[in-house]
Amino acid sequence: MPSISEVLDSMDYGPAPESADHALKWLERGPFGHFINGAFTAPDALFTTDNPATGAPLAQVSQGSAADIDAAVAAARAAFGDWSARPGHERARYLYAMARHIQKRERLFAVLEVLDNGKPIREARDIDIPLAVRHFYHHAGWAELVVEEFPNHRPHGVCGQIIPWNFPLLMLAWKIAPALAAGNTVVLKPAEYTPLTALLFAEICTEIGLPPGVVNIVTGDGTTGAALVAHEGVDKIAFTGSTAVGREIRRATAGTGKALTLELGGKSPFIVFADADLDAAVEGVVDAIWFNQGEVCCAGSRILVAEAVAPRFEALLRARMGRLRAGDPLDKGTDIGAIVHPRQLERITGLVDQAQAQGATVHAGTAPQGCFCPPMLLTDVAPANIAVTEEIFGPVAVMMTFRTPPEALELANNTRYGLAASVWTENIGTAMDVAANLRAGVVWINATNLFDANAPFGGMRESGFGREGGRAGMLAYLAAPGPQGRAPLADSPAPVPLPAGGGAGGGIDRTTKLFIGGAFKRADAGQSWSVHGAGGDVIGQAPWGSRKDIRNAVEAAAKATGWGRATGHERAQVLYFLAENMDRRRAEMTEALVQAGSPDPAAEVDCSIRRAFLHAAWADKLDGRVHATRSAHVTLAMNVPHGVMGVICPDAPALLGFVSLVLPAIAMGNRVVVVPSQTQPLPALDFGQLLVSSDVPGGVVNIVSGPRAALTRVLAAHDGVDALCCVAPPEVCAMAEAEAAGNLKPVWTESAQRDWFGPAGQEAVFREFAVQVKTVWTPYGA
Amino acid sequence: MSHARNPGTPPDFAALDRLAVNRPATERRAATLTARRSLKNVHQAAWLVNAIRCMDLTTLAGDDTPDRVRRLCAKARRPLADHIVAGLGLEAMPVCGAVCVYPTMVAPAVRALEGSGIPVASVATGFPAGLMPLDLRLAEIRYAVDQGAAEIDIVITRAHVLAADWAALHDEIAAMREACGPAHLKAILATGDLVTLRNVAASSRVAMAAGADFIKTSTGKEGVNATLPVGLVMTRAIRDYAAATGHRVGFKPAGGMKTAKDALNWQILMREELGRDWLEPGLFRLGASSMLGDIERQLDHHVTGRYAAAHRHALA
Repeated sequence: MPSISEVLDSMDYGPAPESADHALKWLERGPFGHFINGAFTAPDALFTTDNPATGAPLAQVSQGSAADIDAAVAAARAAFGDWSARPGHERARYLYAMARHIQKRERLFAVLEVLDNGKPIREARDIDIPLAVRHFYHHAGWAELVVEEFPNHRPHGVCGQIIPWNFPLLMLAWKIAPALAAGNTVVLKPAEYTPLTALLFAEICTEIGLPPGVVNIVTGDGTTGAALVAHEGVDKIAFTGSTAVGREIRRATAGTGKALTLELGGKSPFIVFADADLDAAVEGVVDAIWFNQGEVCCAGSRILVAEAVAPRFEALLRARMGRLRAGDPLDKGTDIGAIVHPRQLERITGLVDQAQAQGATVHAGTAPQGCFCPPMLLTDVAPANIAVTEEIFGPVAVMMTFRTPPEALELANNTRYGLAASVWTENIGTAMDVAANLRAGVVWINATNLFDANAPFGGMRESGFGREGGRAGMLAYLAAPGPQGRAPLADSPAPVPLPAGGGAGGGIDRTTKLFIGGAFKRADAGQSWSVHGAGGDVIGQAPWGSRKDIRNAVEAAAKATGWGRATGHERAQVLYFLAENMDRRRAEMTEALVQAGSPDPAAEVDCSIRRAFLHAAWADKLDGRVHATRSAHVTLAMNVPHGVMGVICPDAPALLGFVSLVLPAIAMGNRVVVVPSQTQPLPALDFGQLLVSSDVPGGVVNIVSGPRAALTRVLAAHDGVDALCCVAPPEVCAMAEAEAAGNLKPVWTESAQRDWFGPAGQEAVFREFAVQVKTVWTPYGA
Repeated sequence: MSHARNPGTPPDFAALDRLAVNRPATERRAATLTARRSLKNVHQAAWLVNAIRCMDLTTLAGDDTPDRVRRLCAKARRPLADHIVAGLGLEAMPVCGAVCVYPTMVAPAVRALEGSGIPVASVATGFPAGLMPLDLRLAEIRYAVDQGAAEIDIVITRAHVLAADWAALHDEIAAMREACGPAHLKAILATGDLVTLRNVAASSRVAMAAGADFIKTSTGKEGVNATLPVGLVMTRAIRDYAAATGHRVGFKPAGGMKTAKDALNWQILMREELGRDWLEPGLFRLGASSMLGDIERQLDHHVTGRYAAAHRHALA
């Protein structure tokens, strides 16, 4: 210990360690089993979890087997009936008790989190634990309100939840709180590296008298998670973690009927305009990428700075980086703690080495020996550098420059990911323009890494789908009414190209073409097939669309960007005009449906026209929300269209099915590539005429008829398709879900009969699936 | 005050229009800045002793009398009880950075501090509002210097800032600087009256360009006194000025700071934003009255392990 005089000379901070004694004492309860059906199982197949800062073993925990998962799912299933049937108020009491019990031992939770994860105590104490507590409070509220706020919705049942190691307790809270509030029961698998706070949370479940089986916690590695994903008794999977594993889960759950939400990786842009408060932006970088050792899915890791201020910004940033203190995570003066595991450190240094080999200049702060990584800034990088494209998940930022706002956006959106973004400018016009045009689920203006239980969080593109937090987050744990218990859709034979005769019989020949980019196109394959009416007669020929027609249609849709920027009112006008023109051609449409064998052609036309009115009505009314989060923050949850959507229509009703799926999608601003009924494509193909005469801009609706399974596969696998809505037989839906793993587009599938003529044909789910929530945070202060 | 003086630089008023200060971001940084650093035991005690070294022990009240000022000076010379100094292992009694009084109290203060090496600082220029004719304000400066003040804490004309008349502000401070002669000039920006952080950032730059040796937050009489966000903006201005000119300007938060915790927080801000050199009385002062009492109690506790009572310590 230095003398007072010595410290007066150096004015150093000195050590300020938080005691680990209490947490280490708690760990003596180990080795730990799983928490299943309200009790801990006997410890088995033990593995060790270490303190990454010291390498010292902390505790032994059990490696969950398929049998353990089976037992946990069985317990959750047994508990579900009673739990979901309880009044919301009763569930609210348990969630409230969870919040209170975590608060009562917040210090133990914080220290345990630090020991297991390596994060600095300041962050665990001031960020992780308070946010987790807030999540339980907030969802105690949703439990109370769920019945009146989400009428007709029901819980999924048993939720399998897999969480990462970067915010162990907070991610547990994000998963468990909404699931329980909605009435689900849970099997949660914490990350292999960081299971301890979940086990402490299990104790709380016992303390508060939570009914056995409502929450089950099974520890283990990826194989345990895979067993949970694969388990037939699980109704919903919620996963937070890497994009690679998310993709595996997407494939594994395809066709199983399990609901799925994924919160995956990111490479979030951090955009600094020339008029920004540069000092504020520098601190923003500290909070973005040097927070939690950069092990943050939404970390602002790609700094884009205006050329005009780049030298000054870099100088400020490097000076600030030099003042960061990396070291003992338990020290209250530590900014950057330990990397979670030596394997992660290897990954980080490996990527930095590769970036350097590709031309990057590495600027680094300091860090102690061991499982620590200094804060780093990589300059002399371009979008082609690996450090710019790959998520590093370490305290490593890359910095590039831009010239103009459009170029900033272009660079920002030049990524497979779409989780978050941070925008720094004092000009509100610039800020909102950039926020509106960023492809990201969360945008922070003059801020970064702000979280709140009432602010939806989640990604676009390969950062996943589904939201956590707020109303949108609750929807991820509730099932819409849907056609429960109705018969599955039967498959129809794929069409076979001509020659299987049929013709005009002396009249003028009818040529039906694909509708692509606002024009009628012959199928690329140069083939057609004969469509048979109800009586078996040939009623016409449909173009036999193929892979290349889908490609062309997606290209046309991608170009029609003006539609998404049009006002809801403008889109409504177009849809009303469409309805008007449908009415004008009522006779013609009815005749086509008669030929197509519609059971009630007049009613189908009538209902289609009404539906056009309905979606015109919604075009300017699916409002976003302003969420109550922090004081002096505007937190907007905006409903934004996906962009290009694929739509696979049911065989019947040929016209109404098409209209009911396509119109809500375009009403919300999407452009669509539609595969119409495989058995009766002509009414939909004829619809192209109506679209042209109703001022629907070219490329907004593209119609490609042909073999459904083949066309669906191309659409599902297409990386330029942002979402897919698929009403088709089970095997087609399963294939679509699996193929969608490529770019992780959200997929809404349905394989059951639906009464398209009734309220089920215009359920909220069709318009809700047509948008995703973008959360825009704007702190304000004069 | 031993530090090299700031000669000022030609002002760049156009640059002031481009200043960007984002309040919520500044407040966020201020809120986490002190939570990111922690001082315990010996280190905390040493930083509290340093706060005494950097303290402008102040009385600026309508009922100030020479005797009242003498009592304050006695405390500035012996800010800690002997048992605390011994317990801390200090070789000598630390002394305050300065005593800060009204001009008419300078003479008794100078006499009371004779031989201590503690400078007397005087407020001047129609403190606290500053709304007096300029010639009277300059005369007041000369009077205080004449009385023996080594430092002059001037107040700026807030109207110049609110009207963005930067040239007027600059010329006024430059005239005051000249009137100070050998005395160091501390420019009180009265940030509570300026309200916006952009105003604070701009007037900090103007004051430094006009030759202020220190920039100071508040008179202690505004509705809002020294706050950490304002401190951040001012220290960043000092950093930029030093980088651009090589001249190092001091910083003095004043008003409303009462606790030892405040003393630590402000020093952490200095250490983080400006570095070690700005923890010396030549570049950092805490303008405070009652803070010393709390620091003395904390140090007593450090030394004895018992919580102290105010009545056992000498009154300032």
